[in-house]
Amino acid sequence: MNLNTKTTPSHLKNESLLPVSVKKPISTQLEFFQRLVTQPKAIIGLVILAVFILMAIFAPLITPGDPSRFVDHPHRPPSSEHWLGTTGQGQDVFAQVVWGARISLFIGFSVGMFTTLIGLIIGMIAGYLPGVIDGLLNMFTNVFLLIPGLPLLITLASFLPPGIITVILVLTATGWAWSARVFRSQTLSLREKDFVSASVVSGEDTSRIVFSEILPNMLSLVVSSLFGSVAYAIASDAGLAFLGFENVNNVSWGTMLFWASNNSALLQEAWWTFLPPGLCIALVSFATTMLIYAMDEITNPRLRSEKEISSVLRKFHIGAKRSTPVVKEPIA
Amino acid sequence: MIRLNSESKNILDVRGMTKHFPIGVFASARQVHAVEDATFTVQHGQVVALVGESGSGKTTTIRMIARLIPVTHGEIFFEGADILKTEPRRASIDYRSKVQLIFQDPFASLNPVHTIEHHLARPLIIHKKAAGRQEIHDRVCDLLETVDIKPAAEIARRYPHQLSGGQRQRIAIARALAVDPKLILADEPISMLDVSIRMGILNLISRLKEQRGISYLYITHDLASARYIGDLIMVMYAGHIVEGGNSEEIMGGAVHPYTQLLLSAVPDPGAGLRTRKDIGVRGEVPSLIDPPPGCPFAARCPKVMNICHHVIPEKAEITPDHWVRCHLFGS
Amino acid sequence: MIKPGEVVGLAGESGSGKSTIAHAILRILHPPALITGGRALFAGRDILEMNDDELEQFRWSNISIVFQSAMNALNPVMRIREQLMDVMLHHGLSKIEATERAINLFDLVGIEPQRLDGYPHQLSGGMRQRVVIAIAIALNPPMLILDEPTTALDVVVQKDILQQIATLREKLGFSILFITHDLSLLVEFSTHIAIMYAGEIVEKAPARKLFDNPLHPYTLGLMNSFPSISGEKHKLTGIPGSPPDLVTPPTGCRFHPRCPKAMPVCSQSAPLTKTVSADHSVACHLY
Repeated sequence: MNLNTKTTPSHLKNESLLPVSVKKPISTQLEFFQRLVTQPKAIIGLVILAVFILMAIFAPLITPGDPSRFVDHPHRPPSSEHWLGTTGQGQDVFAQVVWGARISLFIGFSVGMFTTLIGLIIGMIAGYLPGVIDGLLNMFTNVFLLIPGLPLLITLASFLPPGIITVILVLTATGWAWSARVFRSQTLSLREKDFVSASVVSGEDTSRIVFSEILPNMLSLVVSSLFGSVAYAIASDAGLAFLGFENVNNVSWGTMLFWASNNSALLQEAWWTFLPPGLCIALVSFATTMLIYAMDEITNPRLRSEKEISSVLRKFHIGAKRSTPVVKEPIA
Repeated sequence: MIRLNSESKNILDVRGMTKHFPIGVFASARQVHAVEDATFTVQHGQVVALVGESGSGKTTTIRMIARLIPVTHGEIFFEGADILKTEPRRASIDYRSKVQLIFQDPFASLNPVHTIEHHLARPLIIHKKAAGRQEIHDRVCDLLETVDIKPAAEIARRYPHQLSGGQRQRIAIARALAVDPKLILADEPISMLDVSIRMGILNLISRLKEQRGISYLYITHDLASARYIGDLIMVMYAGHIVEGGNSEEIMGGAVHPYTQLLLSAVPDPGAGLRTRKDIGVRGEVPSLIDPPPGCPFAARCPKVMNICHHVIPEKAEITPDHWVRCHLFGS
Repeated sequence: MIKPGEVVGLAGESGSGKSTIAHAILRILHPPALITGGRALFAGRDILEMNDDELEQFRWSNISIVFQSAMNALNPVMRIREQLMDVMLHHGLSKIEATERAINLFDLVGIEPQRLDGYPHQLSGGMRQRVVIAIAIALNPPMLILDEPTTALDVVVQKDILQQIATLREKLGFSILFITHDLSLLVEFSTHIAIMYAGEIVEKAPARKLFDNPLHPYTLGLMNSFPSISGEKHKLTGIPGSPPDLVTPPTGCRFHPRCPKAMPVCSQSAPLTKTVSADHSVACHLY
């Protein structure tokens, strides 16, 4: 049974007839990132984050000098000298916001990274290795999930010396479990896929299968989890600081809120001492949420196509319909 | 091929292979009898087709031979060696280099995040068939050309989602070939492909058998493709292999009532419209959970006898090339 | 064109557009689909001109559809009785009338009426497909569309279901548009067959005529893709290459890159449909 019979015409000898429009191949991961940066929601998120990150990096250039030094009378409202006024201790609020970004963002991203990393390791091992190991790790994860977050946070923070390391440690300890759960179930479902079985049949060893075959397929999940953890960390850090569990001599958005409360900012009607840091925290959370939404849209093509069709319908002045619309002219 | 020692005629010898899946965790758990007492051989350079409807146990059978799932009981002899005794826990690298598996779904068996080159290079690296980037790349291109994928170098750089179903299945075959296997297990390799592409894949499988002497265990629900490519056909029903033999003999002279039912149900335009007789079988495949004793087809068989409900029939030889498990024949 | 009482088979592979046509006729294509031209006349009325309300009245009482996978068509958390009666109640039958009709329908498709109170997962694949057929004939429509009704079923169940449909057709007299990729099924089951490739119909003929005398190279290729279970064994080749990308289809005749009889004109202009003999038309430059 020879395939090369004389009846095969020459233009058909090339068995793989490729469609004309295929461009240079790019990996699924690269395509994912390309899509991510061109999504409107993602752009908003990335721009906001970029602004804050740059602000943190260039703090010494934007507002040189120690942000906790005394500059003027306390509780001065915003003016041309002090754009955001002064705190209850007479410090420049704007300087504090700018410098405070450093600690807040540092904590946010560190915790984001660590929780994702730990969650990945524990989640993937539990998801891939059946039986006893999975059972133990799962139980361990569930314990951490069930313990109420805030009390655990406070308890841990009160035992340890106040400081940035403590905060990172404590937030990571309370935050990893959720990611681990998510990664475990994703690994469980990917494990059943044929391409994983194919790797097993090829003789691939377990650790390569987990990290080289399964992990790259979880990329969008990892990125979402990372951003989710960042938002969680920044907000929780603010909460901890506000409750006084951090080193209040540091300047961060959270400690600013602590001092604002301590100095009865509400009673004093000194809104400029708590509104800016609160707004910054909210904006960073907003930015990360936008990024997560953008990722949803990329990984769910149905959401994208629904947007595309609405714009076409608008062009032809057809409203939302229950049946397939009929347009009697070719679409550009 | 001449074999001096008749024992080494068989590359695969499966005896009494059984798989039960428990439902529930307790000792009193019910069991799904997915495969019951499967016994058959595959000779060197032979294509054995295992035919059965969905749920008949054929995929489970092939996964046990591929050592993806453990056997409940039974023996697997590969090249004469009792595999489950010599490597009880996991398959050895040696076994993995000799026995390969092609999956049914060409869209699921390739990892979407890796290039084709990666897919083909991994087995080469694991089994030390090539070393160094250039040699690996050359071997990859060779493999692609063997399965008629051209231009090889360009396709090797692509990702699975950029290729068609037929191309992906050819690449899956190339991946299996990378380790120089002796036996390829094919799990319905064409059922998810477009009709016009199927023959190309089957012809490729045949060609590789002729050129490289690879044996195949080909499972399918489609009798016609089993006849086209198979030297031997075995018919599976509800976890039991009920009939087996030379493919022309089975096609022309099947004796088991289930096989006859299958043959009558296949649409055959060449045979003319509505000339097939009604075999008189009703009902559907029984549940595999804690099945009743006796022949699995007893509930539907038009020729059922009392003994069929109590005793599973033994193998009976019709001709040296044709056996059946049915109380209508044999002791 | 489908005349009353005819069974027209529509054969094609993935990407040929056969399922799309079925959904388009009923205007149930999901976004971002748009119909951009042509007419779909049913007993003189253009379906494409109807608005949403007219369509709601029109569907099911005039044309109904049996989808490929019964589990896709049935709601797993609703009782079968509710699903069957839903369409009847919507079209104005009273509860009593609908219940009676439901029992009748089950009798027609060969399921015991007790099953009405169960859920889809309690039935086997073949029975579920019968339920879907019962729902399809609930309003006694003059036309039924079967969209790959047996592809997900085993060959034995497939034969059963098709026989059931044939019996129902004799009893109730509806026409059928039968969509499938399995050409051998069509030759057995239809009165006429149309072959689709890359969104276009390339050949149309009465079933037996098509089988005995296929004209279009694609039809020939398709026939050369089905091994038989009887008769002489010969080597089959199928069709080399793969179905085209419909975003940028090939110029001229869409089949020309894969056609063993391609001529220069085939890549330049698309062939028009010509009637070669009574009832038998083909779109190919060879004719």
